[in-house]
This record gives sequence, structure tokens and C-alpha cells, in this order.
Amino acid sequence: MSVAPSVTPKTGDDGVVLSLAGAWIIAAGRALETSAASLTSAARGGRNAIIDLAGIERMDTAGAWVIDRARAELAGDGVEAAYRGARPEYALLLQEAGYRPLEPPKQVRTSHLVTLLAAVGESVYTAGLDLIDIIDYLGEIVVMWLRLAPHPLRWRWTSMVHHLEMYSLRSVPIIALINFLVGAIVMQQGIFQLARFGASPYAVNLVGVLGLRELGVLMTSIMIAGRTGSAITAEIGSMNMREEIDALRVMALDPLEVLIMPRLVALAIALPILTFVADMATLGGGLIVSWIYAGMTPEVFISRLQGAIATETFLVGLIKAPFMAVTIGLIASTEGMEVRGSAESLGRCVTASVVKSIFMVIVMDGVFAMFFTAVDY
Amino acid sequence: MRGIKVGFGEKLVMDGLDLDLYRGEVLGFVGASGAGKSVLTRTILGLLHKQAGTIEVFGYDMDKIGPSERRLIEERWGVLFQEGALFSSLTVRQNIQAPMREHLNLSQTTLDGLAAQKLQLVGLPQDAADKYPAELSGGMTKRVSLARALALDPEIVFLDEPTSGLDPISAGDFDDLIGTLQKTLGLTVFMVTHDLDSLYAICDRVAVLGHGKVSAVGPIDELLVSEDPWIKSYFHGKRGVVRAGAAGKRPAERAEDGRAQFDRAEDARR
Repeated sequence: MSVAPSVTPKTGDDGVVLSLAGAWIIAAGRALETSAASLTSAARGGRNAIIDLAGIERMDTAGAWVIDRARAELAGDGVEAAYRGARPEYALLLQEAGYRPLEPPKQVRTSHLVTLLAAVGESVYTAGLDLIDIIDYLGEIVVMWLRLAPHPLRWRWTSMVHHLEMYSLRSVPIIALINFLVGAIVMQQGIFQLARFGASPYAVNLVGVLGLRELGVLMTSIMIAGRTGSAITAEIGSMNMREEIDALRVMALDPLEVLIMPRLVALAIALPILTFVADMATLGGGLIVSWIYAGMTPEVFISRLQGAIATETFLVGLIKAPFMAVTIGLIASTEGMEVRGSAESLGRCVTASVVKSIFMVIVMDGVFAMFFTAVDY
Repeated sequence: MRGIKVGFGEKLVMDGLDLDLYRGEVLGFVGASGAGKSVLTRTILGLLHKQAGTIEVFGYDMDKIGPSERRLIEERWGVLFQEGALFSSLTVRQNIQAPMREHLNLSQTTLDGLAAQKLQLVGLPQDAADKYPAELSGGMTKRVSLARALALDPEIVFLDEPTSGLDPISAGDFDDLIGTLQKTLGLTVFMVTHDLDSLYAICDRVAVLGHGKVSAVGPIDELLVSEDPWIKSYFHGKRGVVRAGAAGKRPAERAEDGRAQFDRAEDARR
């Protein structure tokens, strides 16, 4: 390894002679800084100093910079420092890569209260803008849909089918699994809690109504918001980052038509299908638990279920699904369009997309619950 | 360092390729688009796996060293990627400081000063320091990327098309900077480029990649008289013919200086 940088001061007739030795390279790290500091302190107080570079073994741009900074600091203290014995290449290096005084960055002073209030105001404002954006998109999508509806040849069938496969077929295992578990858990708790009133068999009603009306569609939507919504935001966002969306625009293609519509349509088809899968899985979970846990045969379970639910119960869940799909798709694609240049912003938008989608899905489920109660469906 | 020798087995892109890069020289690397120039660079850097052959950097066989030795070597080289590859969530200053901050124990003042120095070296104004990579133009991205590649004062720099996307003045400054660094630091440069001006101005030797092999390597004067059809059309094509007379001997002399200086440093180190 190379020798550490060092300074040997010697007082002569014409001021202090500072002989530098060793390797003044960045790999020396802190030693480089301390040596430069000892250089300044050794020469301080005198009138002039000579920095003798003849003994230097190696010097790189960082070394040149710290030596030259020391010289500049000495000059600031009224010590005239001059170089001596530098090899031509080092003299050039000192000249090219030497110290330049830095303008101190402008400090803008604001109180924390103002910053806090500004942040609150900004987030309220952006929340409002987000809402306007989404309504704006919804409007554009509706207009586009109306325009495209009579021309099925212009629909992007390939893209739609591709996304349908990604969103629905590949989600089936996980959706079926979680809803099976949810059905099983609700059934088990239903049997256990209702046993106190001797009403264990009514757990079938609980699983049937709760599962079909609420849980199936809700769990599916939340899962899809996390799984597919994030993927849509990331895809559109990274396309946005790499100017692919701008490229589409200048080719007279509408990103809304090319990218967002097929995804939205695929999602609107996928979510009802997945909700159906989820419903069946929930009932399946309930059936298995009632069989093993309460000894209720499948025949009994099914006949009780038929008494507990009507077609409407099943349809209530299914009707909600396309609305959830459009909500998730819209939020995901608007967030994707919000992505700016940095990787950080991509991360932020994907997070925002998932959080907002899940929040909106739950809010919408609540609104639907009130609506269906009001219309007595 | 004996140089780098790359040999590939049955790979389609590179087929038994040998190349030496000597200390203190600027090696220009040319070849048709898609010939595998970037692939070779990435292979040397260890980003791609090779099927056969050996790569030696600073005399160490890259396949036989452990992770800690590898890290030490990685601190001694700097890389400029074709598209900059700046960290998008850090400012320009933080990008330049990133390697120094991670590998060395330096005070913040020194880090700021060195970042400013690197910016000045690559010819960027100081107010660019607080910008984010997304706010930079293509040419600025290249320069910041070079500044980052130079942050640790490396001994070898790998430059992947450093002057593409730069205006002729900036490209000329770029060549000057590389020339100065080669002269003063004994910097070794491996440069993938299509810029004929750069090839003439600073490259001591030029290697031509074709059919998965280095089809020719040597000082540019030698390549100018080559009979290989591709090389002929490369240097004597529509764009090359104007400059053919301009090739001087300066780069070769400069390499001599750089090599001599580095040999001295190397002797002193031992």
C-alpha cells in the first residue's frame, strides 16, 4: 500500500518550508484532511511559506484540491504560500483541479409553524386536485368508450386479453385461497359464538349472507388493488419516466386509448369473475369447516344455504365488482401518470395508488351497503 | 497490471476474444452497433457472466479473488454508463459524493468541496449541484456521470460512449479533460466510442470489434491503412474522410508521458 501523506515543516531564511511527502490520494481518506490541516497550522503566523512538492509520491485530483485549499486558506490569513519542486504534471493538476472558493448556499429561513401549515395546505390542495384528476379521467374514459363502442375493430383486443389473463387467470389461486380461509374462519367463529344461543346451524346463514354480499367482493377488491393496481401504476409510471408515454402522444396515439382503456376494461371483466370465484371459495371454506368442526354433512349445509340466501344476495356482491374495478383502475392509472423522473417518485405513486384504492374500495362498499338497504334489495 | 485478457468460449457475441489494456493508455473501442461493445464492457466489470476465458484487472484474476479483494478493485475503477445511470433520488452533489461517502471517511466540507471540484472539472456550473438527475439534459447527465466515475480518482475508467449526445465543443472539452487526467494521473481509459474526433484526438490505440473478436488493434495510423473492408469504411467513409489527414502523433507522446509517470509511481510504491 502507499505511504500516508505527511508534512515536514522547516523554518528557513525566507519563511517556512513545508516538505510534503507520501501519497496525497483520496484513498488516504481522513489522513488527507489531517495532513492538509497540519500544513495550514504549521505555516500560520509567518509572512510567507513554501510548499515543497518534490517529495510527493503520488497525487490525484483530491490531493491537489486539499493542498490547494490549504494554500488558499493561508492566503486568507495573510500568508503567501508558493509551490516549489512540483513535477510538471502535478503543477498542471494543481492548476486544473485546484481549489475554487465556493459560494455558500443560500439559507432560506422559515419557521416550523409556517412549514407545517404550508404542508397541510398543500396536501389538502393536492387531494382536491387528485379528485378533479380522477373525475377528469372518468369523463375522458366515458367519452372514449362511447366513441369506441360502435367500432369494435378499433378495440385493442390483444392487449385486453393479455391483461385479462394477467389480472384474472393468474389471480385465481391466491383469491381462491384467501377467500376459502375467510369462509372457514367466519364459519368456525360463527359456530363457536352462536353455540351459546344454541343457534350454531345459523352460522351457515352468516357465511352465506356475509360472504356473498360483502366479504367476497371486498377481499377480492383489496387483493386486486394490491396486486393489479400496483402493477398498473408501476407499468404506466415507468413508461412515463422513460418518455414512452410522450412518444405515444407525438405519434398521435392517445395513451388513454392505448394503455389505460384495455387495462380498465380487462379489470372490469376480471373483477366480477374473481368475485364469483371468491364467493365459491368462501362457501367452500364454510362447508368444509361445518363438516369437520360441527359434523354438518354437505347435504344439510347446502339445503340450509338455499334457505338462507336468495339470488339477490349473490347479485349484490357481483354488481359491486365492476364499480370496484373501475375505481381501482382509475386510481392506479392516474397515479401512474403522476410519476416524475425519480425512482423515489415511482415508489411513492405505487404506494399512494394501493392505499387510495383500498381506502376507496372500502368507502364504496359502505356506500353500496347503505344504498342496497335503502332500496331494499 | 499486465492488462486485461478476455476470452470467451462458445458465446455467440464474443468468441474467443483477446484484448490487452496497458497502464496509462487510452484505448478506443469501436465496432458496429450491436457488435457487443457494451457487452464486453459489462463482462469486464463483472455485470455479465462469461462462459469461458479469464479477465485480469490490475494483475488479479477476477474469477479467483474473493469478495473483499473484488471490492478493493472496484474502488480503483470508475464507470460511466451509456445512459448515465445516476441515482434518480439523489441530487447531483449527492450522486458525486456517494462513492466517497460510502468508501472513505471524509468530512462534509471536504466532500462538498470535492464534489464542486469534480463538477468544475467536467465543466458544469455549480448551481447544477442541487438538481436532480431528472432535471438534467442528456449532455449534463453524461458529465455528472463522468464526475461520479472520477469521484474516487480511479486508475481505470470505463467510458461507454462518453461523447455521444454532447455538442462538439463539450465533446472537445471532454477529450481535453480525459487527456489532462491521463497526463497528470496516468489514468487508464477504456472508451467505447463512435466519435471519430475522440479517436483521433486522445486514443493511443484503437481496437475494432467484429464477429465476436478483436479484428484489429493498434494506433489509429495503423488502422487507417488497414485493408479490412469494415475498418476501411469506418475511417474512410463519408464521415471519416475529412479527418483522415488530421491524425497527429500527439496522443502517442502523451501516453509515453503518462506511462513513464506511472511507472515512477509504481516503483515508489514498491
